[in-house]
Amino acid sequence: MSNIDVTAKTYDLPWLARAMDWLAGDGAERAAGGLTRHLLLPAVGIGLFLMLWAAAASQIQTSLGQLPGPTQVWAQSVALWDEHREERAREAAFDERVEQRAERAIARGASDEEIAKIRARGYTGAPTFFSQIWTSLVTVMVGFLLASLIAIPLGILCGMSAAVYAAVNPLIQIFKPVSPLAWLPLVTIIVSAVYVTDDPLLAKSFIISAMTVTLCCLWPTVINTTVGVATVDRDLMNVSRVLRLSWFKQTVKIILPSALPMIFTGLRLSLGIGWMVLIAAEMLAQNPGLGKFVWDEFQNGSSNSLARIMVAVLVIGFIGFALDRGMLMLQRRVSWDKTAVLR
Amino acid sequence: MSAYLSIDRVGITFPTPKGPLEVLKDIKLDIAQGEVVSLIGHSGCGKSTVLNIVAGLLEASVGGVLLEEREVKSPGPDRAVVFQQHSLLPWLSVYDNVRLAVDQVFGRSKSRKERHEWTLHNLDLVHMGHALERRPAEISGGMKQRVGIARALAMEPKVLLMDEPFGALDSLTRTHMQDSLLEIQARLNNTVILITHDVDEAVLLSDRIVMMTNGPSATVGRILEVDLLRPRDRLALAEDPTYHHYRAEVVKFLHERHAPAVGQSARAARERPTLRLAANG
Repeated sequence: MSNIDVTAKTYDLPWLARAMDWLAGDGAERAAGGLTRHLLLPAVGIGLFLMLWAAAASQIQTSLGQLPGPTQVWAQSVALWDEHREERAREAAFDERVEQRAERAIARGASDEEIAKIRARGYTGAPTFFSQIWTSLVTVMVGFLLASLIAIPLGILCGMSAAVYAAVNPLIQIFKPVSPLAWLPLVTIIVSAVYVTDDPLLAKSFIISAMTVTLCCLWPTVINTTVGVATVDRDLMNVSRVLRLSWFKQTVKIILPSALPMIFTGLRLSLGIGWMVLIAAEMLAQNPGLGKFVWDEFQNGSSNSLARIMVAVLVIGFIGFALDRGMLMLQRRVSWDKTAVLR
Repeated sequence: MSAYLSIDRVGITFPTPKGPLEVLKDIKLDIAQGEVVSLIGHSGCGKSTVLNIVAGLLEASVGGVLLEEREVKSPGPDRAVVFQQHSLLPWLSVYDNVRLAVDQVFGRSKSRKERHEWTLHNLDLVHMGHALERRPAEISGGMKQRVGIARALAMEPKVLLMDEPFGALDSLTRTHMQDSLLEIQARLNNTVILITHDVDEAVLLSDRIVMMTNGPSATVGRILEVDLLRPRDRLALAEDPTYHHYRAEVVKFLHERHAPAVGQSARAARERPTLRLAANG
């Protein structure tokens, strides 16, 4: 036994080593092992990464100066936050001035129309990094929700009817691999042609970004919903037949709950894709958001630009992670199978 | 006089890549109201297929099933099925699983309060009244099967179809469930078709045991009347020579005459039962 143990550790076969530990009854160390696994090891990984990054960055000279290391990036993220707060302060001051002007106008008995005109003048400062984050989040959520509203019903139909599936499947397979960059020019031109109004409720750029997200994150949800619906346990379907449940009741009481885990798998994949697509779409189409921030900094080319782009990269990563965790939490909440390991 | 439930010369053939496969052939069986009939046979002989045809989940290729002289064409709650794998909806509580069936069957004829009480009544019948809000994943296999039985009973079926209902349980739980079923049957006098591969279970629970020959083209090999007085008691029967006689008859049929075709050619396996049948007749 001890021989095998040594071998396992020498040749670094973690699963075998773990199995041996388990067989040897190393339960007492499990609590300590949990702490190691969940805190210490990730910290070691991140620490190593930062060190490598710092070391590599100091070796690389770019046209915009030295490649920024972790410290410069941290400094820039603080600077971005300060800029954001200054901008908000300026906006508050502007709003106050507008309000004062409006009050003066009321005092001298100006017409309602004139006062409304004064108040309608909004603040037009440049969007800050943090307002770009917000724009991106709203856009991705709108695109994702729209995609879900189309994809889930379509997936249910495909899963229930082999005929619908046969008709729709080729389209899914053809459109699924299309890059967002290929959709974007089409969407831009079509939205520009169709969405013509003098008083736009939503900015055209917003619609273009959201539509591109929708087009790209439809597919995982459609496919996973289809599979989930098509693979409902036959025994449960037989229960439904014995009970003579109506089509609607069967869908609501049996098929949907049964397919829910797969639907959520699809939704999580979709949201992940949507977030990636959105950044690309914003960059290419100059639509407001994080992607535009990255592009602007790239064009700007100041000595801070590289560090700022790196801040954006990290933030994009964190938000993508947070979105996925959010979906996971939602999935855990609505999941009936509390024993399933979701990760 | 025609029987309450009549399985009339039923045969079924499934298409396979190697050509059509006749699974059942010429199954004939009449069942009286309140009778408990077991179908016993080796696995793969088509017992479940017979049950599924009676349930209406499968359609017979030849012949048909008559319940109260009406032909069975589709599944329905008058032929409630207790499945081998409990088949409870895992996202509903014990209560809601039974209530779904109650609402579906008595949605029009019973008031909300009556349906609630009927749900509770049936769960009490299987001694599950204490776990109403639990989910299927939170209760044991035996308890799940009890809820499955409560759901079937709650439909007030004309025939209760049980497909190896205790097959997935450990032997201790199984005896317990068999006793429960005896008790329920004594109270409600249901008509039951029970599929089993457990000889003791068949003798203990049934009025008649239908022994099936091995497939393909499986059919009824022999029908054994079990003339033991009800209510039956497991312990008393353990000493009873008649019980052992019946038991021995079934074992003989299954293991001497119709041993599973291991190492035999498919042709021999097909021919054997027919030969024996002729000898029986």
